Amino acid sequence: MSLVARHLEASGIPTVIFGCARDIVEYCGVPRFVFCDFPLGNPCGTPFDAVMQRDVVALGLALLASATAPGTTVVAPYAWHEQTWKDKCFTKERPFLDEEATAKWVARKQAYRDVKAGGTA
Amino acid sequence: MDHVRYIDKTREYYRGEGYDTPYRWAHFDDIPFTPLARPLPECRVGVVTTSEMAIRDEPPPVAEDDPLRDPYTLPSDTPVARLYSRKTAYDRFATTLDDVDSHLPLTRLRELAAAGRIGALAPRFHMAFSQYSQRKTLNVDAPLILARLREDRVDVAVLTAV
Repeated sequence: MSLVARHLEASGIPTVIFGCARDIVEYCGVPRFVFCDFPLGNPCGTPFDAVMQRDVVALGLALLASATAPGTTVVAPYAWHEQTWKDKCFTKERPFLDEEATAKWVARKQAYRDVKAGGTA
Repeated sequence: MDHVRYIDKTREYYRGEGYDTPYRWAHFDDIPFTPLARPLPECRVGVVTTSEMAIRDEPPPVAEDDPLRDPYTLPSDTPVARLYSRKTAYDRFATTLDDVDSHLPLTRLRELAAAGRIGALAPRFHMAFSQYSQRKTLNVDAPLILARLREDRVDVAVLTAV
């Protein structure tokens, strides 16, 4: 998504990204970023918390209007309701993808390579 | 507690799974920038997400085994209750994608449009997959999304990385 934001921005469309993986987005380098320090999946706020979501989206709009230089991160002022997820994610206890999803990921990756090798991608 | 270092975590995790070559995350020294050209209440807002949205009781927009997984679009006036995410790559132990507005803020943007804080929500929203190939994203997916946003005459884009 960071690559898409960069392409849009370079083509004249101002962008703001909402995301939860701060290191990945900032390592890529994007024009405007609202960081929610939440588990991967809810970059616009806690599920079913419309008040928080309004606030998070408003942060992004304010950033669109106020930014004068690229590479700005705004941190949403919220913490997830518990903190153990940070240590547990991407561990054997909590693998990122389940077995079925991993198998599909590997199969699609190989299929993409096959298509590419055939010259149609 | 400080934020999660996903680049380090994934490198360690996949090394433990037997993958020797670490994923090379995209990195650039320069960052493009386009200032806002007009006030937000006059802007049409386009939305792009990686949350793989689909409409309930309709065939999935992209087949599960499609190796290319090109970007696709859905109408922005689709009732949120009819939308669901097909994404499997999120922290399923800690949270859910059941509330669309937690990852694709269509309701929130409609509210902002009704309140006059943005001009309008664009008629379509756009899905981009998190691809294996950065080259595919750069050379195919991003230009396709740009073309569609231009067709929709958007002034700014909101992107959600799910």
